Amino acid sequence: MVGMTKETSAIEVAGLRKAYGDLEVIAGVDLSVPAGTVYALLGPNGAGKTTTVRILSTLLPADAGQARVAGYDVRREAERVRASIGVTGQFSAVEELLTGRENLRLMADLGHLDRRRAESVVGRLLERFDLVGAADRRAVTYSGGMKRRLDLAMTLVAGPRLIFLDEPTTGLDPRSRRDLWGIVRELVAGGVTVFLTTQYLEEADQLADRIGVLDGGRLVAEGSAAELKRLVPGGHVELQVADGERVAELARRLPGAVPDAGALTVTVPHDGSLAALRRLLDGIGDDGAVTGLAVRTPDLDDVFLALTGRPAAEEVPA
Amino acid sequence: MSGVTYAVRDSATMLRRNLRRMARYPSMTLMLVGQPLLFLLLFVYVFGGTMGAGLPGAAAGGRGDYLTFITPGILMMTVASVSIGTAVLVATDMTNGIIDRFRTMAIAKVSVLTGHVLGAMIQTAFALVVVVGVAFLIGLDSGASVLQWSGLAALLALVSLAMTWFAVALGLASPDPETASNLPMIFVLLPFVGSGFVPVASMPSGLRWFAEHQPFTPIMDAFRGLLAGSPAGPDVLWAVGWCAVIGSAGYAWSRRLYRTRAAH
Repeated sequence: MVGMTKETSAIEVAGLRKAYGDLEVIAGVDLSVPAGTVYALLGPNGAGKTTTVRILSTLLPADAGQARVAGYDVRREAERVRASIGVTGQFSAVEELLTGRENLRLMADLGHLDRRRAESVVGRLLERFDLVGAADRRAVTYSGGMKRRLDLAMTLVAGPRLIFLDEPTTGLDPRSRRDLWGIVRELVAGGVTVFLTTQYLEEADQLADRIGVLDGGRLVAEGSAAELKRLVPGGHVELQVADGERVAELARRLPGAVPDAGALTVTVPHDGSLAALRRLLDGIGDDGAVTGLAVRTPDLDDVFLALTGRPAAEEVPA
Repeated sequence: MSGVTYAVRDSATMLRRNLRRMARYPSMTLMLVGQPLLFLLLFVYVFGGTMGAGLPGAAAGGRGDYLTFITPGILMMTVASVSIGTAVLVATDMTNGIIDRFRTMAIAKVSVLTGHVLGAMIQTAFALVVVVGVAFLIGLDSGASVLQWSGLAALLALVSLAMTWFAVALGLASPDPETASNLPMIFVLLPFVGSGFVPVASMPSGLRWFAEHQPFTPIMDAFRGLLAGSPAGPDVLWAVGWCAVIGSAGYAWSRRLYRTRAAH
């Protein structure tokens, strides 16, 4: 059985720990990523996402625990791990004074590809990442989205079967984000395993087979997007109310309602079902007290609030 | 392929990368070569008349003699000047995500640094050719034979290798490229507090002691001997010794920093 696990697991982590002085950044993480799947590590800034990626990609030694990546021990067989993975870090890792094509060629040379193969791989990646027109321009002239695409293309030159993406879409505009999601889906369709970190539930939801919610260096929940959403008590309905008196009145009457007299709103928990929404509307009546209504599906804040008892936006020390 | 073959191939790749970066950022090379050239012209044409007359003994004379006297100091300054650029390039690498990319690739670790060192040595050679060329244009007179010129070239290569490894370490130790551009400045100025521009015998005793014992003095004296066609054995030996000390310290420090230091 152990042998089977090794063969089908791209990443196996047990009891991983890392501290900087007294500050524990990773406090005992266990996780397993089957080959050919997408795993998203979800969490706010400072949760330990980047540290986890750095340990798994051989950049940082762990204090304790086991980590096998692509079947190799990250500590003892770091060279073999490096030969099997591709890493796109949080910070742009493109050479700005070189052109897009030269950047890719640099990766091909460092990946020890022969000339003919290098040329065909570089040409294919330029096309796939929509960089043909900009191929011979210096990367310093690229937009944020183009730089990210080039960055990811560079990661793929040597054809890794497992890639790490550390916050791949942070700072990107919605269109570039969607483009990048498309690329990740293509990679997965080609059999590549993807381990990504993100602050956005939507991103994890869109891409990941499994999501690990990381908070203060611990995995506080793990599962598919649907499973995670079931863990949180649904989203909420926000009612805009005509005046302060009505705010107080509605808050008393509706179960679990949270009034906000300043903003003149009442927030009511909601499980996402139509039936519950209908019951809520019936309970409000039709006397003009409620002037507007918005249904919010669970977001990262809700997941965090439910799992940790505090909002995701609250910074945990790095 | 064996590990050594990869180390050579990866170093060559990194060298190409650095040469391209230098070619794409010519103002940096221009500044690095311009600095010693400026000092050369300033000292020969502004101070040269007076300073030349003040040279002791047989060396005493005019502007032309002063040019001959300071050329070794200018050569030392050229090597030091280029090392500023090296430290900046290394520090830029370290503050950029690219270093983490290299570290997560199955490449010869040392190649990132050897790429910088080889690139810097080529840049230094270029700078030295320009500086020596200008020195000849403005009237440098050398009594050196072909053998002595070869010796000078070899010693310059050694000095540049040593200074480059030290500059790589300074670049790795700097928190940002700005710091990296300031740290090696001391090496550009060190020839002044040595035998570069005035005979050390003319200095007050404390300063003179320092000037006589600092590493650049025997190196510049060795250059001077070779240029004049009368190299002094002890100077050359001291010069080679100091290069070995500076170079191996820089190399060991660089390797250590590269291993232990995460991108900052």
